[in-house]
Order: sequence, then structure tokens, then C-alpha cells
Amino acid sequence: MTRLSNEQVALRDAVRELADDKIAPRAAEIDQSGEFPWDMVELLAKQDILALPFPAEYGGLAADMISMLVVIEELSRVCATTGLIPAVQELGSLPLLHGGTDEQKQRWIPDLAAGKMLAAFALTEAGAGSDAANARTRATRDGDDWIINGEKRFISQGDVAGLVAVFAVTDTSPEQVNAHRHMTCFYLEKGTPGFSAPRVEHKMGIRGSTTAELAFADARVPDANRVGEVGDGWGLAMKTFERSRPGIGAQAVGIAQGALDVAVKYAGERKQFGKPIGLHQMIGAMLADMATHTEAARQLLWGAAERIEAGDPHAARWASMCKLFAGDTAMAVTTDAVQVLGGYGYTTEYPVERMMRDAKITQLYEGTQQIQRLIIARDLLANL
Amino acid sequence: MNIVVLLKAVPVVGTERLDGSLLTDRSVQLEANGNDEYLLEKALQLTETHGGETILLTVGPAGATEPIRKALAMGAARAVHVVDDAIKGSDMRATLDILAAALRKMEYDLVFAGADTSDGQGGVLGAALAVRLGVPYLSYASEIEPIDGGVRIHRLSPTGYDVLEAPTPAMVMGTQLLGAPRYPSLRGIMQARSKPVEAWSLADLGLAPAAVGGGASTTKTLDTSKPPERAGATFVREPADAAVTQVVDFLAGRRLI
Repeated sequence: MTRLSNEQVALRDAVRELADDKIAPRAAEIDQSGEFPWDMVELLAKQDILALPFPAEYGGLAADMISMLVVIEELSRVCATTGLIPAVQELGSLPLLHGGTDEQKQRWIPDLAAGKMLAAFALTEAGAGSDAANARTRATRDGDDWIINGEKRFISQGDVAGLVAVFAVTDTSPEQVNAHRHMTCFYLEKGTPGFSAPRVEHKMGIRGSTTAELAFADARVPDANRVGEVGDGWGLAMKTFERSRPGIGAQAVGIAQGALDVAVKYAGERKQFGKPIGLHQMIGAMLADMATHTEAARQLLWGAAERIEAGDPHAARWASMCKLFAGDTAMAVTTDAVQVLGGYGYTTEYPVERMMRDAKITQLYEGTQQIQRLIIARDLLANL
Repeated sequence: MNIVVLLKAVPVVGTERLDGSLLTDRSVQLEANGNDEYLLEKALQLTETHGGETILLTVGPAGATEPIRKALAMGAARAVHVVDDAIKGSDMRATLDILAAALRKMEYDLVFAGADTSDGQGGVLGAALAVRLGVPYLSYASEIEPIDGGVRIHRLSPTGYDVLEAPTPAMVMGTQLLGAPRYPSLRGIMQARSKPVEAWSLADLGLAPAAVGGGASTTKTLDTSKPPERAGATFVREPADAAVTQVVDFLAGRRLI
């Protein structure tokens, strides 16, 4: 069984208290306004939450994966939008952490760790979602620079980030495309001429988190902003997902736990037919299943994190498994939470309808549940 | 300026219970006494602004370690934890002896104490300790600031506030008006693991085990009873205008206005 260290418990308790006191009261407002919560970014930065995944030599806390997951869960328990902020900060930074030179890390990570600048990760395109390798955004060499043209879509925090990891095609020869060696990663700073975020999506859930369309019209980037070798972009993106997908799993577990907490409290207080509804067997059974699935998702998440961190050769499968199970759990648990609360649960008087809308995204982004199953199945069958 | 903050590890509020000897059961999960955290916050602000160290002093069982770590995570530099099996059951007089002996071994300009604790609620330990140490005692501080060679506090009065000054070293007892304690940052939590916590035994303090603990207690608990149940509170959470109507209706309904 995976147990938390004293330090991980201390981190969890501190973030839990902060989330209950400072974030929970803002959650409904953030959802209703649909505005990016800069005050939450400031709060997370002040408490060093954004510094967690970064190495100490660049101002980070060098936290292990489970610490990061526990923190994302506690934030997401009360506000999925806020929980996503550190997850995306890590997602956008992972290609740099994996493939960046010391000089590149010195240049950007101190600001990312301090929360002075947000990061984003831009791989998806309108026509290349699950089939991300089919991306069309091009980068062509021009002396010491690269010229980028194209569009990215559904980029979390793409418009508010100061630094965006952009994956662009640098070689269209069939042999490189087939070998997935056609893509290269570039870090674009906000304000780069030709790089803009023309629009943001209107979404069902995580409404405070902005999801942007990015446009590149002859955007000029110095070669010094290229992270990893030319042609290594796809590998960097896949390596990134091994670490970032569990983060989405943690967000999902947090949403599920938040909904479970509300449902249990309500079922203990609401009386029908002369007793609390939780004592009616049909509601009691729902609560039992919700709690069991949530804990199972959490344990799979922590188990996966240990294996990924230890360099397990099946890291990609573990990342997909924990994200798949946690996302489906969040959707099921939040849907049941609304059911337990009945008509009240369907109104904005209680947070479970928001949690149900928020849960849906965890089945979609960082690879749909269908893509996770594909990855898991391929890995299982790889050595036949 | 070095400030020693007296930090008591109390049972998590709401979980207090008595043991077989009718004493507060300290084998349950402990947390830092809420009132002490306000003084800790002020001490941290003062040492961050004017230099020096904030040092924690706790007398308590092994379970006090986690509340001490949390206080270190908030920013205290180090801690002294007086821990000894013979301390169990000590009354206020014995606790006073232990704290006085510990403070005599420490260098400080100020000692901070919370107004009282959520378990014992004695509220006299700070004053008694000041007498024992022979230092000035400034109580119910709502503001604390250093002055040349001393300390100045504000204390609320019916007409405003009184200003009290004393030379250091001195003991200051403060209230929640000092300002809410901070949340520990994650960096603070991770650094707290490597901050020094010195464990002192009674022998380190030159105290005989028989002089403290339940056996040496000069107070006896004859009987205990639970406070009478209070009627459920009504919370008004509406915006001001609607809240006023609700409160007026509530009072009028009971013919109180």
C-alpha cells in the first residue's frame, strides 16, 4: 500500500486548509464569471505551490510526483480551475525540464517557479486532436531563426501564459513523418511578433481556466528557443504526458472527493421518510461505491506515480491507466453526487453541478479516454 | 531581537476528552494552540523586519512534534521541546517551573504568550512566568513594536487604547487583534524538516522528576461535568441589507425589540 511520508502529509494538510479557507469561497464565482483567476495564481505563487515540480537550483522545490499529485488533488477538491493551474504550469514546463539546456532552464525556470510567468503546452490543432502527429503548424529555418506558421487549438492557459511550448513540423519527408521525427519543440514568449491568441473557447466546465486558440503568422523565434534537438519534439511531448497525465488524474480524484464530501454531508442531513437519506439503502450504496472508486483511483494514481518516477519501462501505460480510471471515476462520482442531492444538486445552490461539468474535461484532455485505452492496449500487446 | 514564543500543543479543537485521571487526554492528535499562533505571527513579522530569531518553546508529549513542525514551517528558526515522561499530569505550577527553567537556559529579548489555551484556558501562565523570571509583563497586546532598549504595546481600553512600555527582556501576552497567522508556504514546510528541534529532558533543566507531574500536583480535579448544551445557532449569511431584515425579524419574533 502506498503511504504518504510525514512531509507529504504536512504539504497536503497545509494545502487542504488553504483550499478550504481561501479557494473554496471563490470557486462558484470563478465558474460563473468565466474569468481567469489571477488572484488564485498569486495565492499559489505566494505559497510556493507553483514551485513544486522544479529543480532546487532554479528556485523550485524539487518535490516528488506524489507531493505534486496530492497538492493538485486538494486544490481540485474545491475548485477544478485552480487545481489545473499548477498542473498546466508543470505541463508547459516539462519539455523544457526534459530537453532544455542549462542555459534555457536558467533563463525561464526561476520565473516559472516563482509564479511570475505562466506556461502552456501547444500540441493540439483543429484537425489534429487525438491524431496529434498529424499537426500542420510549420517551422522553417531562416538563418539563426525559425519562422513559424499555423494554428493551435484548445490550449489551456495559452492566452495568459508568458511562455508557450509550441510543437511544429520541421521535416515533411515521409520517412521522418513515419518515424515521428518530423516535429520540433520551440518555446515562444508572449509578445513575439506574429504570435497571438485570437480567441478563447466558451466551455461547459473549468470555466475560469482559459482555453485559447493560438495563431502563428511568420512568428520569428531564435534557434536559442528551440528545446531539444530538431526532430525530437514528438518524443518530448510523449515523455511530457508520462508526467502530466497523472496530474490530470489528481485533478479528477480531487473533483470526485469534493463531490463525495458534499454528497455524504447532504445525505446525513437531509431527511425523507423520517430518516437521513443516507440511511436509505439505495443512497447508502451509492455513497459506498463513490467512496470506494475515489479511493481506488487515488491509490492507482500514487502507485503509478511511484513506478513512473522509478523509470518503469511501462511508464506511459501507467500514466494512461491512472488518468483513465480517475477521469471515469470523477465523471461517475459527480453524476451520482448530483443524483444524491436530487433537485438541489441540479441547482447552483450546491457545488455538485459545477463539479459534474468540471469532471467531464478530465475524460477529454491530455488524451481522450479512448486514446488512453489505445495506449494501454498497445503496451499490453507490444511484446507478443 | 530574539523572541521566544510559548507554543502549546493542544488537542485538535472539538476533539478534547479526559483521560482516566480526569486530565486532558494528550494521546489524541495535537495542534498548535490557536491563540499562540497569533503571537507567533507577530514574532515572525518583528524578526523579519528587525532581525533576530523567532524561537519556539514547547512543553509537551512526543505528539507535540507535528505542531512544532508546522510552526517551524510558518517561519520560526528553531524550537526547544521539553519532553519527558515524568511531565505527564503536571499542573500549572509544575508547568511554570519547567518553562522558567527552560527560559533561564535561553537567550531572549522578548517572550510571547497567547491569551489562553483552548484546552486548559488558565490564562495566567504568562503573568506567573514573568513574576518568576523577574521581567516586566505587558498583557493583552493588540500591537507590539520594539523601541530603543525596550518594547511598546497597545492595549485596547474602553476609550481607545493604552500604550505600555517596558525595558527588555520582557514578557508580552497578546490577543488575536495582532493579526491572523499566515499559512505555511510549501517551501517553509519542506525547509522545516531540517530546522533544529532540541529535545530537553527534566535532567537537562536540573529539575527532579518528583517535583513535577501528576504526583507533585498541587491542584486536584474532584469532579468534571459537561457544559450545558446550547440551542443551535442561527447563521445569517445574506448580504447586509437582507441580513438586517432577517435579524430584525428574528428579534421581533421573540419580542426582544
